Amino acid sequence: MHIDNFASGDSLLHRLDPRVKIVIALLFSVIVAVADRPLCLATAVCFSLALLLLSSLSLREVFLRLLAVNAFIFFLWLFLPFTYGGEKLFSIGPLTATREGIIYALLITVKSNTIVVALIALLATTPIITLGHALGHLYVPSKLIHLLFFTVRYLQVLHLEYDRLRAAMRIRAFKPGTNLHTYRSLAYLIGMLLIKSFDRADRIRKAMLCRGFHGEFYLLSHFELQRIDVIMLLIMMLVVGGLASLQWIILK
Amino acid sequence: MHISEGVLSPPVLVAGAALTAVGVAMGLKKMDNEKIPQVAVLTAAFFVASLIRVPVGPSAVHLVLNGLLGLVLGWAAFPAILVGLALQALLFQFGGLTTLGVNTFIMAMPAILCYYLFGRSITSKNTGMATAMAFSCGFLAILLSSLLLAISLIFTGESFVQAAKVLVLAHLPVMLLEGLIVALCLAFLTKVKPELLGVTHAAG
Repeated sequence: MHIDNFASGDSLLHRLDPRVKIVIALLFSVIVAVADRPLCLATAVCFSLALLLLSSLSLREVFLRLLAVNAFIFFLWLFLPFTYGGEKLFSIGPLTATREGIIYALLITVKSNTIVVALIALLATTPIITLGHALGHLYVPSKLIHLLFFTVRYLQVLHLEYDRLRAAMRIRAFKPGTNLHTYRSLAYLIGMLLIKSFDRADRIRKAMLCRGFHGEFYLLSHFELQRIDVIMLLIMMLVVGGLASLQWIILK
Repeated sequence: MHISEGVLSPPVLVAGAALTAVGVAMGLKKMDNEKIPQVAVLTAAFFVASLIRVPVGPSAVHLVLNGLLGLVLGWAAFPAILVGLALQALLFQFGGLTTLGVNTFIMAMPAILCYYLFGRSITSKNTGMATAMAFSCGFLAILLSSLLLAISLIFTGESFVQAAKVLVLAHLPVMLLEGLIVALCLAFLTKVKPELLGVTHAAG
């Protein structure tokens, strides 16, 4: 299982303090998610694209990622143009598409993709474990952070375990299809995966107790704001503040 | 089952985030530090299980398994699902930051409900009864999740009503499939490792 696909790289955004990136990503997502004024959204799109260029990620891979993420949006396009009241634009059989409906669907699509692009540029450029440390420094409850660390750690171990079980099934000529045999085999596969992880968890617990674990974790990565971090933080805060004022303060 | 960023209205996003915050706080309170590795390993296992593609006719679906997760983890299902979805958002950009609250609640609330409704009866000595309960657990969890999904869309705007209805209907095969898989899986677990199902109940 490959995680952290976009995290290797040496662009400005890859090197930026993860705390700065998390704060900006959160503020930006919230503002864009609730925004509806065209000028504000247009600015947000430009900011997102600028971030993407700064991150120097492969545009092709980002585009493929966007396609996968847009499944829900595509689904909404099947309905929104026809169910949103307004001025009639064209009809397909009994369905009437309205101008407002199409504009609304377009609005959602733009908002969704603008946020996702910014998230890729800002957050996917940091390894998940580093993000965890940064979240710890941003006052996210420590239990949650530890849960995140352990889950990431065992995600890969269990995926290997899964691959092994799956290989064992393939060797025995298992071919999935729409039948009870398939469903039973897959259900047992899931059961086996749970049992193996349950036993593994017990071994981990004992191993940790042996090494003096008493429920306390220490954050080992500490971050220090460099001059470039402060400058980028100020610039991005200005943009985010500008977006907020375009949405709420400056009148049309 | 993920709602994308930029779709829901602010009140729905805020309500989802608030409800999830309460659920996660409850879950973290009931989970002592010693339990963290166990919950994490099972979270990872469910994450991997949700990647399995199960063939249904010409297409294939991914399992959600939130009912089973609720049975095994109890209230820890809230933080577990939050972490799982946060990972999906950060690693694959499915879902997102602003929708994290809503998406977590949509999956975790039915999980908790299943824990209370079926937690005891699935280990019943009566095999027929246990199977029926296990099926209902898988079925109900998806039914409730798709209803919550529909409700969050409908509260966002009237124009989503049609899409919401179709979403619930489209989940019907998934409900049946999950019921079946959970029933088979629980039958297996009861035979092979009954302790697994008593994890959270034994702890209170």
